[in-house]
Amino acid sequence: MSAQTAKASTTEVLTVEEVSVSLSGRQILQDVSFAVGAGQFTGLIGPNGAGKTTLLRVILGLQRPSTGTVEVPRTRRGPAVGYVPQKVLLDSDLPMRAKDLVALGIDGNRFGMPLPSKRRSEAVREMLHAVDAELFADARVGNLSGGEQQRVLIAHALISRPQLLLLDEPLANLDLRSGQEIVSLLARLATEQHVAVLLSAHEVNPLLPVMDRVVYLAGGRAASGTTEQVIQADVLTKLYGHHVDVLHVHGRILVVAGAEPGPGADLTAGHAVEVG
Amino acid sequence: MHQVWTWVFEPGLFASAPVRVAAVTGGVVAIVSAVTGVFTVMRGQSFGGHALGDVSAAGGSGALLAGLNPLVGFVGLGIAGAGVMDMIGVRRVRGRDLATGVVLGAAIGLSALFLYLEASSGATTGAPAQILFGSIFTVTSSTIPTVIALSAVALAAIAVAWRPLLLTTVSTDIAAARGTRVRLTGLLFMLALAVSVGLSSLAVGAILSTALLIGPAATALRLTRTVAWAVVAACLIGVGSTWLGILLAYDSYYWGASHQGLPVSFFIVAVIFAGYLLSGLLAARPAARRRPPVAPPAAAPASERVAA
Repeated sequence: MSAQTAKASTTEVLTVEEVSVSLSGRQILQDVSFAVGAGQFTGLIGPNGAGKTTLLRVILGLQRPSTGTVEVPRTRRGPAVGYVPQKVLLDSDLPMRAKDLVALGIDGNRFGMPLPSKRRSEAVREMLHAVDAELFADARVGNLSGGEQQRVLIAHALISRPQLLLLDEPLANLDLRSGQEIVSLLARLATEQHVAVLLSAHEVNPLLPVMDRVVYLAGGRAASGTTEQVIQADVLTKLYGHHVDVLHVHGRILVVAGAEPGPGADLTAGHAVEVG
Repeated sequence: MHQVWTWVFEPGLFASAPVRVAAVTGGVVAIVSAVTGVFTVMRGQSFGGHALGDVSAAGGSGALLAGLNPLVGFVGLGIAGAGVMDMIGVRRVRGRDLATGVVLGAAIGLSALFLYLEASSGATTGAPAQILFGSIFTVTSSTIPTVIALSAVALAAIAVAWRPLLLTTVSTDIAAARGTRVRLTGLLFMLALAVSVGLSSLAVGAILSTALLIGPAATALRLTRTVAWAVVAACLIGVGSTWLGILLAYDSYYWGASHQGLPVSFFIVAVIFAGYLLSGLLAARPAARRRPPVAPPAAAPASERVAA
């Protein structure tokens, strides 16, 4: 069960209530409940296969929950939710410049051809500036590095001014430094663009400096709250269903399987080998 | 000077009615194929386009057997085939290959049956060659209005679906999350694809329709940086190749002593292929200049990767 959502002083832009999902007989998510407040930065943390992607797809309306409800902000034109999926294959043959891809974020979902307009290109330029991607506005998206593509996709997602931005494992394929840059960019955007960020990751440490709240997923169940409330031995032990220790090393958090390291050992929340 | 002129444009070229009809039909068909082709290549549906060519072949030979204009069969069965492909999973990448292969196999089987029946009834000779490899000089001027009307339908479908087509090309998940009508977008595209393949079956034959669909588009995508310019370039390449092919086929009658003209479809496809090879050389060289001034050093220009 979810840890008590502490002080919900801000208005909520996302409410997930008692959501369960089973896919072809397998229980992926079980009674997941949490809320995200306006402008908050929330980390969705959990090992691979914990159901992070499924949960994001439920929030986006791409996957129907078996039971439970999800409430997202809406405008007349549909959900006001931006989305950066984990795998976007931008082929270098694709004749699309960074600014073309961002422009598609304005009205790419509508029928008809785009008309060139000064206001559109100005909006695109501003958005690219906001994500520090002005320099490669005219480069083909397929030729950009992973971190640069990530910035362009974030600009694409934000240009329609959503209240909530979902990112699925944006750090998965980035080197440490690009990852840190993306994290601090997202933290800045959350304030500047007044958008709540919900970001999934299997590692909690890169998010520690910026995270307002954490939703921890393991075995299909979730615990949510502040980092101190959630990333604790007793909370995670309950979640994983076996003993788990939480170690603090130089401001970093390591989640390790307890006394007898058996088949249940889980080191995914912090890599002990990593030198920071 | 005059000699060069008559050597390039052999006598009677501009007076010939079949040549004029071929130039108009071929030009219109090349434009539709080029526009649809750019999206086909970007969406990675070239194989689907080819399969629809085989479906068109079955339709065309069926129409011939029934005594109808082959164009009716080309387009009619093409649209039906596109519908079936969409139904049995053309939207999932994995399912797409299977659906395409199954439909393609069935279509070739049908063509074999229809062409056999046609040949044994003995009504027309050369039906297989006409259906499979086309003969734009046999198109009659009465077909032109139909060709133009069908072209308008295909181009309108692409224009309407333009933005969602691009967004779904980038990511179907992003598109669906934005509330894009992904299914309708895919259907509009398949309609345009079926019509344009049907039309190019008339021009260069059902089997060769893929060349007109993919060739100019692939060449254009090598040479341009935006979708709009790729479409413009593909149209110019398609129309240019078609007209040059018609000219060469007409001239080929005067080349040998035997006075036997060579097939026009061969020349059109040969010009398209030569253009594609040439674009590889062109795209590989000025890559450094076309790169934006502050592009990251790690990124290899697209053209280099294509050429590799």
